[in-house]
Amino acid sequence: MTDRDSSAESPADRSFEIELKLLIDAIYLKYHYDFREYAGASLKRRLLAALERFDCATLSQLQDRLLHDTEVFPQLLDYLTVQVSEMFRDPDYFLALRQTVIPMLRTYPSLKIWVAGCSTGEEVYSFAILLREEGLLDRTLIYATDINTNALARAAAGVYSVDRIAGFTDNHRRSGARNSLSDYYTAAYGRAMFDKSLRKNIVFSDHSLATDSVFAEVQLVSCRNVLIYFNRELQDRALGLFSDALCRKGFLGLGSKESLRFSRHADAFADLVREQRLFQKQDFAA
Amino acid sequence: MSAADFDAIVIGTSAGGIEALSRLLPALPAALHASVLIVLHLPRDRPSLLADLFAPQCALAVCEAEDKEPLQPGTVYFAPPDYHLLVDRERDGSVVLALSSDELVHYSRPSIDVLFESAADAYGPRLLGIVLTGGNQDGAAGLAAVHREGGRCIVQSPDEAQAAYMPEAALRRGHADEVLTLAQIAERLSRL
Repeated sequence: MTDRDSSAESPADRSFEIELKLLIDAIYLKYHYDFREYAGASLKRRLLAALERFDCATLSQLQDRLLHDTEVFPQLLDYLTVQVSEMFRDPDYFLALRQTVIPMLRTYPSLKIWVAGCSTGEEVYSFAILLREEGLLDRTLIYATDINTNALARAAAGVYSVDRIAGFTDNHRRSGARNSLSDYYTAAYGRAMFDKSLRKNIVFSDHSLATDSVFAEVQLVSCRNVLIYFNRELQDRALGLFSDALCRKGFLGLGSKESLRFSRHADAFADLVREQRLFQKQDFAA
Repeated sequence: MSAADFDAIVIGTSAGGIEALSRLLPALPAALHASVLIVLHLPRDRPSLLADLFAPQCALAVCEAEDKEPLQPGTVYFAPPDYHLLVDRERDGSVVLALSSDELVHYSRPSIDVLFESAADAYGPRLLGIVLTGGNQDGAAGLAAVHREGGRCIVQSPDEAQAAYMPEAALRRGHADEVLTLAQIAERLSRL
């Protein structure tokens, strides 16, 4: 029988943990990106993959390159942050938005929506299309934020490989679509470019949930499958920003397996559509 | 192998997994101290009914994992479809469940390797890893990680597995302290 506290890690692995901490500190000190409160297990996996990608034997080697070759960091940032999503991912989420949230949003003369951690933009265009179909896009401003400026540039371009369109189309149809997805893009040379008019009311902006503060009052925050990469402290920070940004009775949408149950902000929100992780800000919330 | 040896048990399986788990999970004793985490490969685009299916057969609580859920002893957690399931140690030392939508591993999300490798990091020698029937090599690298960190490894005998590829790959690339039939694994689990 082994005593829990004597469970010695193998020496090689302890070095990895030390190097990981040093690398994350180096990134913070040199580039001001803060991964110190990211969930450890996923971060470790991504860094192990990055070692292969950058052909480094150790994280110390990677750190050396990061500090002395400024072209390496943007590539590593893609590795650490870019999430490949789909348009209308989890169609039932968008269906629930149409059925439950949109009728209440209609009562506002003008709307602001924050898509936090928008990565390459699939969810932002999903919102723009949904709002156009519901007749609300013209009076809505969508803030699309991410820490990765490369991803934001790709989001702003609104161009996706046509290989992905079949999946997007199926999701869109299942989200309660009123039109065909093909109404919103033109396809050429293997790429689908989404209609410029969709992004007329989208502001793409560099924002960190780890280090920046609230920038506007909004009626809806959608932040899906972003918080899973944070530890509890950073989740609490992000949820605090959402709570502060939301207007009275504002709405919050999370990823399908994300929960407020383990957060200190749990009491600030009430379930709206439990299955789809749609919440509404409570009155008198702390 | 005694009741006090393990804080967590990780189980990985794919083809034939529901039937295999139907024989193992009912054997887990109500007073089990360890948490049980399971990856069973499933279609990614539908909700999973595994927790509902197994809860009535088990003496333990059975649920689908949620992000940042603190691990409870004597509870069975299934990885949700289309997410990797990992375990993380928080700053205060508590162990929580963590999810990720990172790329597929061995065409799978959830992946057995992802669960086993993170559990090996979090639990070291206090972990029991079990690879059962299945049709791909997911789990082999994970079981190797469990062994490397001092945990105990059991592989279902490929001879009786409905799909032999997964246990065979685990034996080839991973490590097994014991190769057992389902009946023998169930008997081991019932004594934990």
